[in-house]
Amino acid sequence: MANQAGNYTPGTGIERWLDDRLPIIRFSKEHLMDFPTPKNINYWWTFGAILTFMLVIQIVTGVILVMHYTPHVDMAFASVEHIRRDVNYGRIIQGTHAVGASMFFAAVYVHIFRGMYYGSYKAPREVIWMLGVILFILLMATAFMGYVLPWGQMSLWGATVITGIFSAIPVVGEAIQTLLLGGFSVANPTLNRFFSLHYLIPFIIAAVVALHIWALHVPGNNNPTGVEVKETRDTLPFHPYFTMKDLFAVVLFLIPFAWFVFFAPDILGHADNYIPGNPQVTPTHIVPEWYLLPFYTMLRAIDFNVLFIDSKLGGVIVMAGSLLILFFLPWLDTSKVRSGSFRPLFKPFFWLFVVNFILLAYFGAQSADGTTWSIANAIWAKVFTFYYFAYFLIILPLLGRIERPAPLPASISESVLGKTNG
Amino acid sequence: MWRGLPVFVRHRTAAEIEEARAVPLSDLKDPETDEDRVVPGHEQWLIMIANCTHLGCVPVGESGDYDGWFCPCHGSHYDTSGRIRRGPAPKNLVVPPYEFLTDTVVEIG
Repeated sequence: MANQAGNYTPGTGIERWLDDRLPIIRFSKEHLMDFPTPKNINYWWTFGAILTFMLVIQIVTGVILVMHYTPHVDMAFASVEHIRRDVNYGRIIQGTHAVGASMFFAAVYVHIFRGMYYGSYKAPREVIWMLGVILFILLMATAFMGYVLPWGQMSLWGATVITGIFSAIPVVGEAIQTLLLGGFSVANPTLNRFFSLHYLIPFIIAAVVALHIWALHVPGNNNPTGVEVKETRDTLPFHPYFTMKDLFAVVLFLIPFAWFVFFAPDILGHADNYIPGNPQVTPTHIVPEWYLLPFYTMLRAIDFNVLFIDSKLGGVIVMAGSLLILFFLPWLDTSKVRSGSFRPLFKPFFWLFVVNFILLAYFGAQSADGTTWSIANAIWAKVFTFYYFAYFLIILPLLGRIERPAPLPASISESVLGKTNG
Repeated sequence: MWRGLPVFVRHRTAAEIEEARAVPLSDLKDPETDEDRVVPGHEQWLIMIANCTHLGCVPVGESGDYDGWFCPCHGSHYDTSGRIRRGPAPKNLVVPPYEFLTDTVVEIG
């Protein structure tokens, strides 16, 4: 169905010669131009292209930054300042890379929530979804290590806290932490290995993105109705219809991106990171970047022991579990209907999940300074953490059994022609 | 600094030592007596690695609900013996191996 053969006919002798040996032009024509794409996909589907664009932006700006950066504890902070002040256009390049991380996550969250709403993780697209979860985890690791490189106060203490998470693992935890740090504390060896990995992982991400798209091109795109493509009039070729639409979305996406880079490159960061890293003083209010906050809240929410599991290990289990549970989502959701648009009971729970996720981020940014306000926060953090897990473990498995979905359109074309609105 | 880690050296008042010793062990998450955490004859000197046993931040001295230390990262409270009293940290602040060479010189390690 989606794998209909392309209509590439080599025109010249050279093309025929190449096509017999490396059919790269045929491959590009079939997968980048003629690929049949459901004609009803909406703008939420443009975030895949936006994310590819962001990966390229981050790699290109990153490669340039490395030409001017010095990965040593005594010089890293100064070299980043040097890039921002002395290097030609360095202010823009460094700003693009730093703001780019935030924009990358903004797009990735939209992309994930789109997949969750329209049931894009359901059969036969489970592998696409699982590769996506791997990409999300790799992206978080890369962003975290990149944040350490400027070697400000937040860099150093963020690295201390995050590597400290590994020390909670029973038996081997401290050995893993020492290996990550290259010593007993966050110091020059830590900076060097994070620098190396920060350069490496994006290329692993690029490779997994290739697998993600490969897996996508087997069943083809999901669409807002969740009804599979049935006939050729349900689809349009990827080029020019969706290349142009994606390009337009990228341009729109660049507007806020450019605003941040040009007018407020530091608004998404923390002022404390403009103090050079000092291993003797911890900033009083230490929080990760906004895009890691929901998971940080879940780490902090566990401040009590459960049986033989102490609070530190418990927090780590919950945080790791909040990511690992995503791998099982295709099997936890028991509903046969893909698209949330046709699931009246699913809709409120889904939107509550989105709001809950935003609130998790909000509470992650609050200080744990022992005041009444922070004690109330700690209680709310537990409630929101509970809902995060309940959505996957209780609500989705149950909904599939008790919900009566709305009638589905017979085909994509029928829904587009107005009988049922997807 | 010891092995790249900061170290606390706190000169405690008699009242602070008294406060630490008055705590029943049953109130402690990681039970340890104050006597076990100092060298006899130098009870006023409390020497510990200055990293919270939760995730390694440096706690703030003379603060928190137990007059000891308070960790700003995730809200762990330590008492005047550096023992964990409340919050996510699992262990007391770690006492490194050390010895008094003279009354005024300490060797850590």
